[in-house]
Amino acid sequence: MPYGPHTASDRERMLATLGLSSIDELFDDIPEALRASVLDLPPPEPELELAARLRALAARNRLDLASFLGAGVYRHWSPPGVDQLLLRSEWYTAYTPYQPEVSQGTLQSIYEYESMLAELVDLDVVSASHYDGASATAEAALMTCRATRRDRVLVSRGVHPHYRQTLATYFAGGLVLDEIPLIADGDAAGTTDLVALERMLAELDRPVAGVVVAQPDFLGLLEPMPRIAELAHAAGALFVAVVEPVGLAVLAPPGAYGADIAAGEGQPLGIALGYGGPYLGILASTDALVRQIPGRLVGMTKDLDGQQAFVMTMRAREQDIRRDKAASNICTNQALLALAASIYLVTIGPHGLRDVAALGASRAAELELALAAAGAPRMHPGPYLNEFVVRVPAAPAVHRRLLARGVLAGLVLAEAEQDDPSLAEGLLVCATEVTTHDEITRFAGALADELAVAASGAAR
Amino acid sequence: MVPSDLRYTNDHEWVRLEGDTATIGITQFAADQLGDIVFVELPDVGRSLDQFAAFGVVESVKAVSDLFAPLSGDVTATNPGLAASPESVNSDPYGEGWLVRIRIADADQLGELLDATAYDDLVAAG
Repeated sequence: MPYGPHTASDRERMLATLGLSSIDELFDDIPEALRASVLDLPPPEPELELAARLRALAARNRLDLASFLGAGVYRHWSPPGVDQLLLRSEWYTAYTPYQPEVSQGTLQSIYEYESMLAELVDLDVVSASHYDGASATAEAALMTCRATRRDRVLVSRGVHPHYRQTLATYFAGGLVLDEIPLIADGDAAGTTDLVALERMLAELDRPVAGVVVAQPDFLGLLEPMPRIAELAHAAGALFVAVVEPVGLAVLAPPGAYGADIAAGEGQPLGIALGYGGPYLGILASTDALVRQIPGRLVGMTKDLDGQQAFVMTMRAREQDIRRDKAASNICTNQALLALAASIYLVTIGPHGLRDVAALGASRAAELELALAAAGAPRMHPGPYLNEFVVRVPAAPAVHRRLLARGVLAGLVLAEAEQDDPSLAEGLLVCATEVTTHDEITRFAGALADELAVAASGAAR
Repeated sequence: MVPSDLRYTNDHEWVRLEGDTATIGITQFAADQLGDIVFVELPDVGRSLDQFAAFGVVESVKAVSDLFAPLSGDVTATNPGLAASPESVNSDPYGEGWLVRIRIADADQLGELLDATAYDDLVAAG
């Protein structure tokens, strides 16, 4: 079917039918102060000049860097088939079919996404899908409030700072969000403080709806998830695990340690790095919470002729039916990205995903040894998977100088976690299966040089 | 004609008062309008309800609707059979399909509800 926008005469006829003289009158209900101001855009440019300007801007991207940056999104090898299949025009259709049953292919692709992710997290229900890991985590926290009819959620300081900011935004409308501190030192330094958690859960006049903890945490460390689940459940609270999907190939899944809800960022599943997205929010829960989970659920059934068919199910709480009382009104299906994750998973397979996770862990172990030998030991003693913090004196300055030498030395925690002075000398570094031995050698060599220069400067 | 011993709300709930205990459900008309009911979300025992405020949710295959309390009071029981057989709200809305029992706070509130004749008129008026 060809697509054409409304013509001026179409618009005039519609306005005449409505008894209006201008489109602006449709917005009369919105107070002036709340309306967007006029967009002040520069004049149009000729295509050739614009293309040249964009090329010049693109050339400022550093493609030469040896990157050790993770912190929530991760470089992975994606089989070329993933991007190639995404180009097929069959997928360029409504991201959320509102007459769903005629779109059996779209429904099947969503069903398969949900089935594979359910296997990965070991929970009953997966919804398709959410904007990103942060919004999926916020939806998970809201689910705990609806299900328990309580209004207070505890979130570990070990959850990604951007996720905690998003949670704070979602909770600004009258719900309570309290942060559980991390342990400052000792063997469990950098993981969630369970003594503090128990104390917060015991505040009987402020009952807790949910406890949100990340595995691995933002600093790359592994949390005692089974114990946290026990503590949360003993207080009548639900437990939300914030997960990274590739790591689930080698770590215990949320369903195995008693999590009621899993949320996370789906980008590592074959989705290219983008500055801020678009990404994929994963959200999963136990069957007991199926009526609280926002987003589309697709089920398999039989049609009148007894043939396999797919349906959008449990739909009555979605925003197109339930309006302001929907389970969520800040929710979309990132359909093409969910599809990319599905194609990635079937292409690489369960053994392949284990290899990806294990190879990343082994590269990270090599990185740890190399950086320690260069003078930057780990800051925390606990176990990690493929990301960890190293201590570097004057970390922000060293990070800048390493960038000039072609090494992106992870994330400067003095900037990302400004209100935690204990991390001021920390660089959060990660390795994945695409990290090479040569890159690790470059990083360690450049770091040793910089530290030697700094030491000789201090000696003079 | 709806049961004459019950009182009704404009939102299609019914209430049966026995002493200070009120049993609450939805009418046959409401159940028929909703279609096949698949889930009923009810308040915890002990929660206090306010007259005409939402206290739960009834979900059918095509819609989700709020439930409104005909009278104020504290919930003393919820129908334990609905978790496994929500369809009893369709098949026997005035009997096995009851929703909650409350200990009422103020019997005078009964005067604000419709009797059977008035409710029949409401349904007939559409």
